[in-house]
Formats: sequence, structure tokens, C-alpha cells
Amino acid sequence: MFDTWPLLSLITFLPLLGAVLILVLVGGKDDEGSATTARILALWISGFTFVISLALWIGFDRGTADYQFVEKVAWIPALDISYHMGVDGISVLFVLLSTLLTPAAILASWDAIKTRVRDYMVAFLVLETLMVGTFSALDLFLFYIFFEAVLIPMFLIIGIWGGENRVYASYKFFLYTLLGSILMLVAMLVVYRVGGTSDIPTLHQNLELAANVQIWLWLAFFASFAVKIPMWPVHTWLPDAHVQAPTAGSVILAGVLLKMGGYGFLRFSLPLFPDASLALSPLVFGLSIVAVVYASLVALVQKDMKKLIAYSSVGHMAFVTAGIWAFNHQGIDGAIFQMLSHGIVSAALFLCVGVVYDRLHTREIAAYGGVAETMPHYAIAFMIFMLASVGLPGTSGFIGEFLVLVGLFQTSIFTTACLATGLILGATYMLWLYRQVIFGALTSDNVKALLDLELREKIILYPLIVLVFWMGIYPKPILDITSASVANLVQTFQAAVGG
Amino acid sequence: MYFAIVFLPLFGALITGLGGKRLSMRAAQVITSSFLVAAAILATYAFIGVVQHNMAAGEGHGAIEPIKVQLLTWFSSGDFKLDWALRIDTLSAVMFIVVTYVSSVVHIYSIGYMEGDQGVRRFHTYLSLFTFAMLMLVSSDNLVQLFFGWEGVGVCSYLLIGYYYHKDSANQAAMKAFIVNRVGDFGFALGIFATFLLVGSVDFDVIFHGAEGLKEQSLMGFDAVTVICLLLFIGAMGKSAQLGLHTWLPDAMEGPTPVSALIHAATMVTAGVFLVCRMSPLFEMSPFASDVVTYVGAATALFAATVGMTQFDIKRVIAYSTCSQLGYMFFAAGVGAYGGAMFHLMTHAFFKALLFLGAGSVIHALHHEQDMRKMGGIWRKIPITYTYMVIGSLALAGVGIPGVFGFAGFYSKDAILESAYAAHSLAGNTAFWFGIIAAFMTAFYSWRLLLLTFHGTYRGDKHTFDHAHESPAVMIVPLALLALGAIFAGLYAYEWFFGHDRFAFFAGAIAQDHHDIVDKAHHVPEWVKLAPLVVGLAGIATAYLVYGFGNLGPMLSKMFMPLDVLFRNKWFFDEIYDAIFVRPALAIGRFFWQVGDIKIIDGLGPNGIAGRIAAGARQIARLQTGYIYHYAFAMLIGVVVFATYYLLVVGL
Repeated sequence: MFDTWPLLSLITFLPLLGAVLILVLVGGKDDEGSATTARILALWISGFTFVISLALWIGFDRGTADYQFVEKVAWIPALDISYHMGVDGISVLFVLLSTLLTPAAILASWDAIKTRVRDYMVAFLVLETLMVGTFSALDLFLFYIFFEAVLIPMFLIIGIWGGENRVYASYKFFLYTLLGSILMLVAMLVVYRVGGTSDIPTLHQNLELAANVQIWLWLAFFASFAVKIPMWPVHTWLPDAHVQAPTAGSVILAGVLLKMGGYGFLRFSLPLFPDASLALSPLVFGLSIVAVVYASLVALVQKDMKKLIAYSSVGHMAFVTAGIWAFNHQGIDGAIFQMLSHGIVSAALFLCVGVVYDRLHTREIAAYGGVAETMPHYAIAFMIFMLASVGLPGTSGFIGEFLVLVGLFQTSIFTTACLATGLILGATYMLWLYRQVIFGALTSDNVKALLDLELREKIILYPLIVLVFWMGIYPKPILDITSASVANLVQTFQAAVGG
Repeated sequence: MYFAIVFLPLFGALITGLGGKRLSMRAAQVITSSFLVAAAILATYAFIGVVQHNMAAGEGHGAIEPIKVQLLTWFSSGDFKLDWALRIDTLSAVMFIVVTYVSSVVHIYSIGYMEGDQGVRRFHTYLSLFTFAMLMLVSSDNLVQLFFGWEGVGVCSYLLIGYYYHKDSANQAAMKAFIVNRVGDFGFALGIFATFLLVGSVDFDVIFHGAEGLKEQSLMGFDAVTVICLLLFIGAMGKSAQLGLHTWLPDAMEGPTPVSALIHAATMVTAGVFLVCRMSPLFEMSPFASDVVTYVGAATALFAATVGMTQFDIKRVIAYSTCSQLGYMFFAAGVGAYGGAMFHLMTHAFFKALLFLGAGSVIHALHHEQDMRKMGGIWRKIPITYTYMVIGSLALAGVGIPGVFGFAGFYSKDAILESAYAAHSLAGNTAFWFGIIAAFMTAFYSWRLLLLTFHGTYRGDKHTFDHAHESPAVMIVPLALLALGAIFAGLYAYEWFFGHDRFAFFAGAIAQDHHDIVDKAHHVPEWVKLAPLVVGLAGIATAYLVYGFGNLGPMLSKMFMPLDVLFRNKWFFDEIYDAIFVRPALAIGRFFWQVGDIKIIDGLGPNGIAGRIAAGARQIARLQTGYIYHYAFAMLIGVVVFATYYLLVVGL
């Protein structure tokens, strides 16, 4: 039924159209009336986009590793660049993650954002277009545009609606990302030159590079994706960006943007440069191990809630890189699952921080304590996300970490053992955070005056709780989607490095 | 039916958890408790069914296929496939009985104990949730689902230890419990990964059938089975508070007393013993791993008993006692007497829960006083509680008349010590002698507790004493039920667990054969059989000497000054761990953050460059948009370069 629709384009550009609509309808006034109109329009548009994107879930053929919902139109025929869109088992779930989290982000900004609301909503809708585009683009050139352009709305979101130190944070973000993207651009040019096309599926099949060339290109792509995901030691932009970003900015940043790095590894590094990927796996393992231990220990001594969760993201993403480099089905399944789970759980944790930040306007851990007394529903929601973050079986966090480690154990027992220390350290800092904020004696007058979750906040958080449990108890439907594509990726990779 | 046994507690917890304030506190208590009692009744049926089936088949049949209940596919990734499924055999049936009985009793008892507390909905919800997780653990058909239950009980334990969340010490203890357990889980998880790597599955049936094939295999240069067993045992050590990973258990007494009875005495802490028994076919193949289990168990049994003799907090005494008794169970399993380990697990569940709930009754009577130095002479005030505490202590000390009758511990502890002796190995002998010494200490600290608490003169606040009262029926009746278990469980279950019916009874659920250690244990010299009883009675007598006629405790403390300091301070484990793990971790974290991230990475990277650009950038009024332009510009240049390059090179 959906076969004849340009479904992916619809999902991709509907938010952009919506953004234009808001710009036209709302006009430039910065009063409460137009702000409300902008909010409502943005919510409807993103909500509608999400509903349409569910068609991907329903219509996706689980039995094949081929790209689906493919659209291909010649764009710049002279250069053999086409508007080529499509998703497979690796990317389709990230599209859904993007369309799910955008309405959540918009709803989370409902009361928190009071200035330039129209522009803010436009920025988020544009961001959604670019995120979906990144995960659906099957042309190198198209991918590059989406991938890099994502940063522009994110900059605006941090730079305009961010905290007191937003300039520094957005600057850092800019510097890191620029470095990575310049290198990747150069590498893409080379790939295009050698491969003779910018069509990604064609490159996957035909591109053959000498091992030494692969190494250089691999490193260039790696620079970009490693910053994005982020890996140690190019992670220091993340804590600052999170701390300065408004809540919804953090939600999208942690929920979706980091995943672009992991997606990039899976879409480009492994299939295009298999020999280099294999040869440099010690580097990836080393960086992942350092990231887990380092980031977890740093998280342990943070005083700012958002910084703590940001550092925990660095640790969790190291599981993703290590899982991908296990080069087997469980490892890569685990990496994808870990990204999806982290996308939901870390987004939810930032939302939880936002809930109390909106009330007390501080993220300082020491300013809280005894919140369980005044906000019992909030305490339960926070508890569930906290436990998912530490990988409790029955929650989504467990499946990802477990599969990664099962896969990795077959490749490198030493790396597995080192990474598994993250299970202990991760529990330590999350439990500590929870204890300081939620438990303890109720002493602060500010905390005594806190009101529990309001309806809007429940509407955002409770569905995420359901997702966390569903993905933990019955993750089969999700793994069924990834199965064929992951099997294909592993098989092709093993054939390439073996033969 | 099996499904109902496991999930009734979960449904109870969901109803009260989601119902929240719409349910009255009483309704929440009644709902969870009645669901649990229903589960217990069904568990009885299930147990009888399994036993009858096994007995009817007789011992000739050897292993009987366990009953399987498939629930749902959990996940499948490549060749890793896993189901949610229940496995019902003798081992799980026994644990069903232990868990649902003690849990029912604790649910009901808590209605009285928690009277007046505003959080009882939360309390009963957690209790039921815990019970569900524990039942999942014991009925799991594979290692990963077992791990689900394992972590699930850990979380519930964490929530219940920290039940009084406004108390800092309770939060501290809750965190400690979770994290120390995670250290164990680290080993457990690696054990699961190793099993999958070597066997290709984590289902018990496949593991046991494939066990033979593991014989010649090695993992990182070591014997594969030994590696797997030791990794799993690390997990067991965490959960069952064995020496080294025991530090969380005494602190866990911060939780309400019914929690201590259910989780930290009868059920959760025995999960490690259960795990070793469940995996007994593997442990049987690795003498080295089994020896490690024996030594650790023996050391814990003795160590915890020494500390138990010097504590003054009534609950901590019982907590160390639990730790010590778990050590007995482990060394029983270590020498191969898995039936003995399960036997003691079962009897201990009843008498230790009885002791804890009895202690709870004392604490309840004395307005939350737990320090035995402020008790004394209260048996007249609470005679019923006193009676049950004596019964519990008799069971714990293993008192009985050989050949006639004995309290529960009399049978199970003897079974364990006889097995250890019969092993005739260095590990077995160590365990035997450590066990004998610990048995003396066990009896001593049990009577020390009784004498300090109930006898002599009252040493606390007069007002409290005057208002001391016997607990209500809702608390006393549960004690009576547990007392029945503490009195008769040993006598009636001996033949099943350790006697001649053991082959038919277990029907392949644990590893045993006709020439195993249990068989040899039946033929040890007479003095070995009598020794535990003798030292037990000696311990009781010593306690009377010291505390029965005035208090000689302080004098003994002075006489054995260095030992007393060591024991009283729990061998300084907490202080040592704090110095070598906690402080360094925080210091390193701070170093990585301040020096690694800020000074080195940022200093050499963004900030170094930032310093140079900042001057120029400051002149731009709206700084942030300035960067946006830069960035957009850079991207544009990229696109231009891209196009130009190809226009030139490709020549269009």
C-alpha cells in the first residue's frame, strides 16, 4: 500500500515544510499568542511525522538485507550524483528514533522556552528533516549535506537558547566537528574519485581499495565519526554542549546526534574499508576501554547532573564502538540496540533533569536531596531510567550491553573484561546521582516546595518507560528488523577480510 | 500453575504499584499478601506433584526430564537464541516452597511490623516484586534469565535496604549492597559469555549435555570448565556475601527487619548456593573450582562467626550468623554434597527468618532499639517472642538428641560437617575443622544474644521498658509458622535431601551418584557425627558462663584485646576497601577530569586555539551567530571544492 508513496521523502521533508509553514503563519512577533501557535503547530507537525514514520515499521520487509522504500532520482547527472534515499535494517530504526524524539523534545520545551519560540520550533523541525535525511541518504554527497547541516540548527539551539556559557560550548562543538568533517570531506572525494560514483550501495559492492589507501581514508572518516559519537579523547565538547544546551537540545543531542557516529561506522567504515577496520581494531578497542574507565571515573566526581549524564554517554557509546568492532552478529546487533536504548534512556534522563531544572533552575546535584518526598511519581520514573542506564535485565539497557559483550567476548576476551568494569562503575555513579538527588533528608526549602510531574511531563516520560521495558522484555521485533542487514554486513565484511 | 506461582507476586506488585493512592494502605497489604499466600498454596501443590512424580519413578530412572513452561521468545541475535521459560525440577520446587512460604509469612508479619508507617504500599509492592524476581531466578531455564532474576532481586534488595530513604546510612548501605553485588555480577556475566563461547548456548540442558565436550577445552590457557565455574562463583560470592564480597550484608540491616528476614537471610542471599547447585554438573568436573568454593565457604563460616561474637546490634549478630551459615552451605557444595547444601539452605531459611522476625518483634517492642547493651531481662515482657527466639536459636545451634529428635539445624549442619570430613581432602578437612570451630562460636553468639537481650537486668531507658509489649497476633502467628519449620524441617526432610531417598527425590536436578561424598558421609566415625552437637552444647555452656551470671564480656574483651579489636571492627574490611578502592577511584576521577580533560585535552585542543581566536571573536557582537556563519561558510566552501575539483578533474 505504501509502495508507490515516496515515504522517506515525505518523512524527511514534512518537518521542513512545517517549518516553512510556521514561518509564514506565525510571523515575526514575539508575543505569547504567536508563541503558542508555533508550539502547537510544531507539535502537530512532528507528531504527524512520527505517525507516518510508523509505516516504515509496519511495511519493512524483515526478510531482506536490501534497501527498502528506495527513491532514486537523478540530481546532478553530469557528476552521477543522484537523490537516492532508502533504508535497511541498520538505518530504519534510527529514522524512527528521530521521529519519536522530536515531538518529545518539542513538548519538553513547551514552558521552558519563552523567547523567540517561533525560531526555536523552526530550528527543531529543520533539525528533524536533517536527521532523518542523514539516516536515509544513500548518496555520499546527499549524506554529507544532511550530516553536516545538522550542526547548524544544533548550533542555534545551543547558542541562542543555551545557558550562561553557551558561546564557549558552541564554539567547542564547532571546532571539533569542523576538524572531523574537513577530513571526511577529503576522504569522500577520494572515494568518489576511485569508485567513480557517489552512490553508496554501488560503492559497497564495487569499491576495492589497497590496504594502505584504506588506512588513510578510514582514519579520515574515523575522525568525523569519532568526534560525533564521541570517543575518547575527542569527547570534551560533549559535556559542555550538554550543560549549555536547553533540555530539548540535550535530548536530541544525546538521543540522535551521537548515533550518527555509530551509524557512520556501520555504513561507511566497515563496508568500505574492511581491511583497515580490521587492522586498526586494536586502536578502537584501546580507545573504547579508556573511554569506559575514564569517563566513568570522571562521571563519579561530577557536581552537575547534566555533566554526569554526558560523561556516562561517553562510556555507553564506547560499548557501541567496541561492539561494532567485534565484527560479528551479536556485537553489531548489540551496538545498534545499545544506540537505540541509549537514545531513549539518555534522552529520558536529560528530560528528567529538565523537569527539576524547570522548577529550581539549577542542575547542581548538591542543591537537591529528598525529592522522593515531594515528587514520588518523578522519583519512580527517574528510578526506571536510572536502572535502564545501568543495564538492568528487563530494561532496554541490558540487551544492548549484553549482546555487545557476548559478541566482543568471541573477538577479544581482554577487551570484554575491561569493558565489563563499566557495569560496576556505571552503577556507582548513577546510584550516587540518584541518591543525592532523589533520596536523602528533605532539608532545602526549595525542594520542599516542588510539585510532582504535571500531565505534560507524564505524557513525555511514561511512553518512554513503556518503551524501555518493551525493549528489555521483548526486543525480538527490533532484532528481527536488524537481523538480515546485520547478517549481510558481517558476511560481506568477513568475506572481504578473509578473501 | 507454575506460571501462576511465579507471576502472582508480580501481579500483586503491579496492582498495588500502579494503583498507588487509589488503594488504601490496608488494601495494598491485603492484596499483595493474599496473592502471595495463593502462590504458596500452588507451590505446595507443585512441590507435592514433583516429589510424587519423582518418587513414583524411583531411583532407577535416574534423571527425570524437568517440566518446561515456554513463555515468550526473549531475543535472538544470529545464533544466540533465548526464551523466557520456566524450568520446574526438584531444585526449583524446593526453592518455590522456601521462597513463597517465607515471603508469605513476611508479607503478613509486615502488616503488623510496619503499622503506622506511611510508605507501606511501597513496602509491600517491593516485597512482592522481590518475590517475583526470586521465583524467576530459581525457575529459570537458562543462565541469562537466571541473571535477570539475580539482578532483579538485587534491585529490590537495594530499594528495600534504602526503604528509609531520608536516612543517609540507609542510602549508603543500599548503594553499597548494589555495587558490591555488581562486582560479583561482573564475574557472573563473564561466566555467561564464556559459556556461550564454548557451548554455543546458555540453556541449562544444552550446557549439561555439552559438559562432556568441554573437558579438553581451554580458555585463555586455562581449563575451560574451571574458568566458567570460577567466574560464576564470583557472582555467587557477591550475592551470598562470601568473604571478600561480604561487606554489604551487615550494612543491609539498615532495611526494615522483615526485609532482613526475607531477603538477607532466607532467600536472596542463598541464590549463590542455589547457583552452584544448579551448575553442579559443571562444578563436578572441576576439582580446582570446587576446592576454591570449599575454602571460601570454610573461611567465611569461620570469619563471620568470629565477628558475630562481638557485635552488639541484635540484627548485625544475626546478619553475621547468616554470612557464616552461607559459608557452610558453600563448603558443602564445594565437597560435592549439593543435597546437603540445599538441605541446610532450606532449614536455615526457616530458622533464620524466625530469628530475624523474632528480633523484629523485640525491636518493635522496644521502640526501635537494636543495641543489645540497652536490653536485658525482657523475657517476662514478651514471653512468646522469647520462646520463638529460643526455638530459632536451638535450631541454629544444631541441638538435638541423636537418634531421637533434633531441631532443623541439627540435621542439616551435621550433614554438611560429615560430608566435609568424608571428603578426606585438604580442602574438606579445613572445612570440617573450621566448621567445627564456627559451630562452637555459632552456639556461643546465639546464646549471647538470648542472654543479653532477654535475661539479666534491663539496661535501657525505663520508659521504653515500661511500655514494652508483646507483638500483635499478625506478627506472632507468622513466627509460629516459621517455628514449625525450624523444629520439624530437618527431621522430615532429611531422607529426601541427604538420606536414602535422595536419588529419587532430586532425580537428576543436582549432580550425585552412588559413590559420592554423601554416601561416604553416612559412614564417618561416630565422633564426627557427635562433634557438632558437642561443640554446640559447649558453646551454649560457655555463653552461660560469660553472660549468664553477670557479664564477663568486658573482662574477656580486655583479656583478648587484639582479637577483640579485630573481630569487633569486622577485620577492618570496610576501612581497607575504602582506602584501596573508593578513595583512589574518586581521586583518579578528579584527576582525569581536572587534568586530563580540562588541562590536557582542552588545553592543547580547543582552548589553546580558542585563546588565539577569542580576541578577534570578541569584536563580533553576536558571537554565537558569528560561528554559525563561519560554519555555514566552511561547509559551503566544502561543497564548492567538491564541485570544482570534479569539474576540473573529470573535465566537465
